[in-house]
Amino acid sequence: MSELMVQVRSVSKVYQRGKQQIEVLHGLTLDIPKGDFVALMGPSGSGKTTLLNLIGGLDQPTSGEIHVGGRRIDELSSGQLAKWRAHNVGFVFQLYNLMPVLSAERNVELPLLLTKLSSAERKQNVAVALQVVGLADRAKHKPKELSGGQEQRVAIARALVSDPQLLVCDEPTGDLDRKTADEILGLLQVLNREHGKTIVMVTHDPKAAEFARRTLHLEKGQLLEQAA
Amino acid sequence: MTRTGFVIANLFRKKTRTALTILSVIMAFLLFGLLQSVNHVFNAGADFVGATRLVTQARVSFTQPLPLSMVPKLEALPGVARVAYSQWFGGVWQENTPVFVFAVDPLRYHDAYPEYVMAEDRWQAFATTRTAMVAGKQLADHYGWKTGQKIPLSSNIFPQKNGSKAWAFDLVGIYDGKDEDWQKRTNVAFINYDYFDEANQFGKGRVNFYILKLADGARAEAVSKTIDALFENSPDETKTQTEKDFNLGFVKQIGDIGLIVRWILFAVFFTLLLVVGNTMAQSVRERVPELAVLKTLGFSDRSVLGLVFAEASALCLFGGLLGLVLATMLGVMVEKGSGGQFQLRVDAWVWLVGVAAIVLLSVAVGLLPALRARRLKIVDALAGH
Repeated sequence: MSELMVQVRSVSKVYQRGKQQIEVLHGLTLDIPKGDFVALMGPSGSGKTTLLNLIGGLDQPTSGEIHVGGRRIDELSSGQLAKWRAHNVGFVFQLYNLMPVLSAERNVELPLLLTKLSSAERKQNVAVALQVVGLADRAKHKPKELSGGQEQRVAIARALVSDPQLLVCDEPTGDLDRKTADEILGLLQVLNREHGKTIVMVTHDPKAAEFARRTLHLEKGQLLEQAA
Repeated sequence: MTRTGFVIANLFRKKTRTALTILSVIMAFLLFGLLQSVNHVFNAGADFVGATRLVTQARVSFTQPLPLSMVPKLEALPGVARVAYSQWFGGVWQENTPVFVFAVDPLRYHDAYPEYVMAEDRWQAFATTRTAMVAGKQLADHYGWKTGQKIPLSSNIFPQKNGSKAWAFDLVGIYDGKDEDWQKRTNVAFINYDYFDEANQFGKGRVNFYILKLADGARAEAVSKTIDALFENSPDETKTQTEKDFNLGFVKQIGDIGLIVRWILFAVFFTLLLVVGNTMAQSVRERVPELAVLKTLGFSDRSVLGLVFAEASALCLFGGLLGLVLATMLGVMVEKGSGGQFQLRVDAWVWLVGVAAIVLLSVAVGLLPALRARRLKIVDALAGH
C-alpha cells in the first residue's frame, strides 16, 4: 500500500446553529494516498465542504483524528494550524478569492510573505508558479483585468507557490464555462501527474470528477462508496 | 511586495473614501495644532523666576481702578526700583477703528520700559506737553501718522468735562522696540496721564494697574506677596503677578480660552472618531472574505489583527502628521502676517501632544475592527455567515 497523505479516522463534526445542533459528518473514515487526485461528490449538505475544510486544517472535528502528511492536525491550536497551512496546503476556491487591490504576481506572492525568502527568491518563485499555470504574461494585471479562467489560474499559482504537497479545491470550476473549466481541470491533472501533488476536489459536476483518479460520494455525512 | 506595501495597497482600495478620510484627519490635526498652541500659550503661565517687572491690579479685575495714593507705598517697598501706572483710554480712530491707547506718566513709563526706544527729547516733549501722545512705530506706520500731527481720537469710555467723547492729541514722538521681539509690540499709543485725568469727566486719581520695575529679578515672588499682603483687607485689595501672566489675563477676559479650546477640540475629535472609525469598520466589513482568505493562506489571527490595525494607524499617522506640519507652517505665516501679534507657535510641546493624540486615535479607531478581523472564523467567513 502506498504512503498515505490523508488519514481521516472516525471523524464527526457537529455545528451549533443557535440552539440547534447539526451533525454534518458521522464517524467518517477515509484514506488518501500521496499523489492521489480525489473528487468528492454528493448532494448539497452532504458534508463535502466540511470534510474538505477539516482536511485543509480550516476547521477542527468534534471527534476523531485527522493526519495529513504524517502530522496529526486535529490537536493543533489555531496558531499552529495557521503555520501548518502556510507550508503544507494550497487552497483553490470556487470564486477565486484573489485580492482585488493586488496584481496577479502580488497575489501569488502573498503566501510567501510568511516565509523567510528574500525578495529576489520570492520573485523567482512567483515567476515559476505563473509559468506553470501559463500566465507569465499577465503578471502585472489586476484580477478585474483578467477573465474568470485566468483568475482561477492565478489562484492555482498562489496555491502552488509555497510548494505544498496537498491541494484542496472547493468547486474550482463552479463559476466557469465548460471549455475554461476543462482547461483548469486539465491543469490540475498536470499538477497531479507531473508534479506529484495530492489533490482533493469538491465538485457537483460529474464531468469535472472524470479528471480525478477516483471519485468518492458522500451522503448525509457518510461515505457511500469508493470508486476507482 | 512587503507587508507594508500590502497595507498601503489596501488603504487605497477605495481612493475617494480614503482621500476624504485623510482630509478629515488633516483638518482635525491642523485645527488641533493651532488651537493647542493657543491653549498652551494661555495655560503656560509665567513663573516669577527672572521676572523684571510685576503688574499690580485690583484683586477682582483690572477694570476696577486703584488709587494713585498707592504710588509712594509701592515705591517704598524693598526691591522696587520704579513704579509706573497705566489707565486704559479706549481709543477709537476715525469711524470705528479701535486703537490701543493708555494714559501713562511719561517719565515713569520710560523708566519702567527701557525696551521702548525714542530720542530723549521726545520723551521730554511727551512729559512736558499736556496734550501729547506718542505712538508705536507699527501703529503710526499703519495709519500714516507723523510726528507733529494732531491725532483726533474718540474714547468709547471717557467723555471730556464738556460731555464730548472727541479728544485731540499732539503726536510728539514715535517709539520703536529695542529688538525684533519688542518691535512687534509697538502697536500701542500713550497719552499724558495728567492731562487725561484732569480733562475726563469720570474718576479722578485712579489707574487700572501699576507696573513695578524690580531692582532684583530674583525677589519677584517675595515682592509680589508683600504687595498683596500690604493691601489685604483694604478697600483696594490687589493682585500682583508677572507681566506675562497679566498680559495673558488681559486676553482671558473674553472667556476661559482653555475651556473653549478644549470643547472645540473635543467636538472635532469626537467627529473624527466617528468618521475614521466608520471608514475602518466599513473597510473590514466589506473585506470579510478576503481576511478569511489571508487566514486560509496561513496568516495567523495576530497577523491579520496587525494588518488591520496598521491600516488604521497609517491613516491616522499620515493625516495627523500632515495636519501638524500644516499647522506649524500656518502658525509661522500667521505670526509673520500679523507682525507678531498672534503668536501661534506649534512648538515641541504641541507636537508631543499631537503625536500622543495620533496614537490614541489610532487605537480608538483601529482596535475594534482589528479585533473583529482577528476573531473571524475562516469557515463562517468564507461561507458568508
